[in-house]
Amino acid sequence: MEQFLQQIASGLANGAIYACVALALVMIYVSTDHINFAQGEMAMFSTYISWQLMSWGLSFWVAFIVAVAFSFVLGVIIERVILRPLHNAPVLSIVVVFIGLLAICNSVAGAIWSYLIKEYPSPFPKSSFGIAGVIGPHQLGVVIVTLIVLSFLFVFFRYTPLGLAMRAAAQNPQMARLVGVRVDWMLALGWGLAAAVGAVAGIMVAHIVYLDPNMMGGILLYAFASALVGGIGNPGGAVLGGFIVGVLENMVAFAGNQIEKATGVYIIGNGEKLTVALIIVIFVLTVRPAGLFGRVVVKRV
Amino acid sequence: MAALLEVKGLKAFYGQTQSLYDVGFDIPAGGITTLLGANGAGKTTTLRAICNMVRTEGVVRFDGKDLGGMATEEIVRLRIAHVPEGRGTFTTLTVDENLRIAAYTRSDKAGVQADLDRVFTYFPRLKERVQQQAGTLSGGEQQMLAIARALMLNPRLMLLDEPSFGLAPLIVVEIFRIMRRINEEEKVSMLLVEQNAALALDLADNAYVLETGRVVMSGPAAVIKNDENVRKSYLGY
Repeated sequence: MEQFLQQIASGLANGAIYACVALALVMIYVSTDHINFAQGEMAMFSTYISWQLMSWGLSFWVAFIVAVAFSFVLGVIIERVILRPLHNAPVLSIVVVFIGLLAICNSVAGAIWSYLIKEYPSPFPKSSFGIAGVIGPHQLGVVIVTLIVLSFLFVFFRYTPLGLAMRAAAQNPQMARLVGVRVDWMLALGWGLAAAVGAVAGIMVAHIVYLDPNMMGGILLYAFASALVGGIGNPGGAVLGGFIVGVLENMVAFAGNQIEKATGVYIIGNGEKLTVALIIVIFVLTVRPAGLFGRVVVKRV
Repeated sequence: MAALLEVKGLKAFYGQTQSLYDVGFDIPAGGITTLLGANGAGKTTTLRAICNMVRTEGVVRFDGKDLGGMATEEIVRLRIAHVPEGRGTFTTLTVDENLRIAAYTRSDKAGVQADLDRVFTYFPRLKERVQQQAGTLSGGEQQMLAIARALMLNPRLMLLDEPSFGLAPLIVVEIFRIMRRINEEEKVSMLLVEQNAALALDLADNAYVLETGRVVMSGPAAVIKNDENVRKSYLGY
């Protein structure tokens, strides 16, 4: 039973990470209809920035804030400089740009910080954090930090004029222009926010998966699965999807272990977690393409 | 009296296709002007060209200011409110949000609240639905919302693109009555594009008739309305 609870708790912690990256994907998707394949690598790069700042002597949380702010600015710059000229480009060109961005982030990080795996500290004190036997200090910390970030975003989008303008620009760009919203800047701002949320996820997960330039590869897949589960155009769904996928993958591995213990037959275990994500992707795309909370979009032609 | 909006030699292009050739008209401050014409005459394009939503050549001056080369959102900030074809509802936002988004560019909070209250006196039905998702409104209600949203920009000029489109005749009459009230009470000038020429000519002071991207006829609405030749050749009723 204790093991079961632990699996759920660590699933929630992982799910919190997936939720953040999924939300970043969805934020860009709703305003541009594109999936930013470089989202994970951008987050990885930000995580390295925070690591560098810490190795220069800054405290964890100062490095955290500076790195997240840096990511925000970088996201805005990437949109303005690289994607702005491509606003009317075909989807394929943009996909290629995203893949290029992914490769650039990855190799630049490798060139600066090398491909050696680094340890990454956890800011959550072992003594006072966590609930013994149920959830570890870092896991609890991750869940709390992501919940804070997510509620901040919720309040921002729901209750501020700027958040409203961003939603309007995403939903109907042409009409948003007709009420005076500077849609191009809203897109850039969306990129900045997505990059910042991704950075939070990267910094939080680095202690678990260790720091290296390929650390976000698998996580991006999980995040994509989460976004699909929730309905790719639905931010709230993506967050919930993140937690669902996080818990689900642990439950599958847990069930596999139990079966192996009971019968001695190995069916599925920790090694197949990523496969679970891929199965989820395929399953959702075939059975319920709109996701659990998505709506089927009917286009009049 | 100088015109509020001056359009001269306006040309518009969709890609390689030219759809306006030489459109010119003046809109006096305070009045209602209507643009009439058959399908494809260039009425909607003219409105879009004023807001630089299509590639244009020619002169558009608003209150003496040349709008050439300005971005759509900057033109809107001069208090030109465009109520587009198809109403432009933000379907996933609530009615309240649809109205507040139009006040996004304004910094006078008290004024915005006062305008919101006043808009509801024109459209009490929207007040009942204020927390409802705008996509769930009926066509007529969405048209009311579009006009109400335009009012929230505190406009000097409203560009109205077929407010009667797809609506039941009773609703159309109601909406046109409200438009007249808005014109009189708010001192907003209006440029109205309509398929329903009879209705538009009743409301408007001046009329211009477009045919294949050119102005072919203009004059006081009352005169155009009673000119049998114009009616038969261009307006088809």
